[in-house]
Amino acid sequence: MSVEQAGQMARPELVCPAGTPAALRTAVDAGADAVYCGLANATNARNFPGLNFSVPELEKAIPYARKGGTKVLLAVNSFATAPGADLWHRAIDTGASLGVDAVIVADIGVAAYAARTHPGLRLHLSVQAGASSPEAIKYYCREFNVKRVVLPRILTIAEISAIHDLIPCEIEAFVFGNIGMMAEGRCSLTNYITGQSTNMDGVCSPASAVRFEKQTDGAMTARLGDFEIDCYEAGENAGYPTICKGRYLTPGRNAPYYAFEEPVSLNLSSLLPDLVKAGVSALKIEGRQRSRSYVRAVVTAYRRAIDDIMDGQPPDLSALVALTEGGKQTQGAFKSKKWR
Amino acid sequence: MLDRLQTPPPAQPLLPRLMGLVLVPVPLFAIQPILDRLVRDITTRRPEMFDRLGPHTTTRFVIDVDEFPFVLMLRPDPTAPRMTAHRRSENIAHGASIGGPFMTLFQILDGDGDSDALFFSRQVRVGGDTEAAMCLRHALDDLEGSVVDDIMKIGGPLYAPLRLILSRLRHQAGGNGAASIPPGPDKRAKS
Repeated sequence: MSVEQAGQMARPELVCPAGTPAALRTAVDAGADAVYCGLANATNARNFPGLNFSVPELEKAIPYARKGGTKVLLAVNSFATAPGADLWHRAIDTGASLGVDAVIVADIGVAAYAARTHPGLRLHLSVQAGASSPEAIKYYCREFNVKRVVLPRILTIAEISAIHDLIPCEIEAFVFGNIGMMAEGRCSLTNYITGQSTNMDGVCSPASAVRFEKQTDGAMTARLGDFEIDCYEAGENAGYPTICKGRYLTPGRNAPYYAFEEPVSLNLSSLLPDLVKAGVSALKIEGRQRSRSYVRAVVTAYRRAIDDIMDGQPPDLSALVALTEGGKQTQGAFKSKKWR
Repeated sequence: MLDRLQTPPPAQPLLPRLMGLVLVPVPLFAIQPILDRLVRDITTRRPEMFDRLGPHTTTRFVIDVDEFPFVLMLRPDPTAPRMTAHRRSENIAHGASIGGPFMTLFQILDGDGDSDALFFSRQVRVGGDTEAAMCLRHALDDLEGSVVDDIMKIGGPLYAPLRLILSRLRHQAGGNGAASIPPGPDKRAKS
């Protein structure tokens, strides 16, 4: 891309994960345009013990972000359950009263509550809503005044470009981090084994159900509840045991294999210019459950990459593969529908 | 298409191995006053750590440093925090265990190592209650600065060698990001 072409593109917003106040400060200092975070309860889709923000922590973090010129987006993006919808409503109220820059929602009822109760509160539609067609996105924009949609990771860049031309809101797309094969907001696999829901309890493969067991030959077994999800040989790169990324014995195979998908991370560094040209206005990094060291490395690298692209220079993100799950990366469905 | 990366474990520096050798003949009771002081100082300075530990303040964590001739048992109870050294042959009861080479664990403790990536590449081992281990990781990771900063602030001539060793280890690890987050980019570049 030439300098002239780059100059004609709108600069995309870099949206970065903040699982803890320290990670938020790290992201701000590393150049995030926006950070997204959640409260320490079931209202967000990364409800891991020890992670997330108390209300006082969020209140204290917002001025720090503001000082760094960084927006704060509050994820209230799990699905409210009867009879406990008050928890989600209180999270929306908290975001509004603390003055977050936007709330990220997935549930129609939560979106309706936010639009009705806090009409001035900017709403983003979470990837969890799984809105992948112009009609679905326009529905959310019309009914709840949604200003931005986070697209599911099942679309090619050509499809994103086509959608961009047909919808009245901004597009946010994931560019780095964990990726699953399931359409977002639809997966119930973790319920099957643990009884806890990714979409309603906010946790996929809850750590309380995860066990790593070292074998005498140096191998490591990963279990979720009563099920063995994978067994890694000595020295073999491992992953976090989710059912969709397990290795299983199946008929017709001599050895366990990844029946659904391998542990792998999305890395769209080489597609960034194409995403921007397709009309994506915000680039999102996954990983609220990751350490501040990860946040520092990924945000710094992507900040430089975006600035390089906007200056018409080729970005260099080769070091990021060391931070990927299982040491493997993919461009997912963004380049081709078949990504295995 | 998937790109694969085989990450060979990095070469471990000499200093931790020397420390391990020096510690071999040292009786464990001689180490205990140092451990007591470290735990007392850190928990006094960092009461916020206990919030992130949630129900796991009473969990017994075994920290197994590869180069050391003993393991450490940590019980981060805010009312009576305790860290003790034990010979590996003791097989002490514990809720969760975390192990790996000294420098790898040091970098995590100092806010410089991505524990997930280090676990995925098998440089860090986690056993027992994974939730407890994750809570401890989040508690340490959320600190302003790092626990290593706290240890380096312990005064007195008796701790001068420890401060010197930590300073040297930080240098070998490439500096600590926790205390020295690289300055952000030119804010004018932001949207």
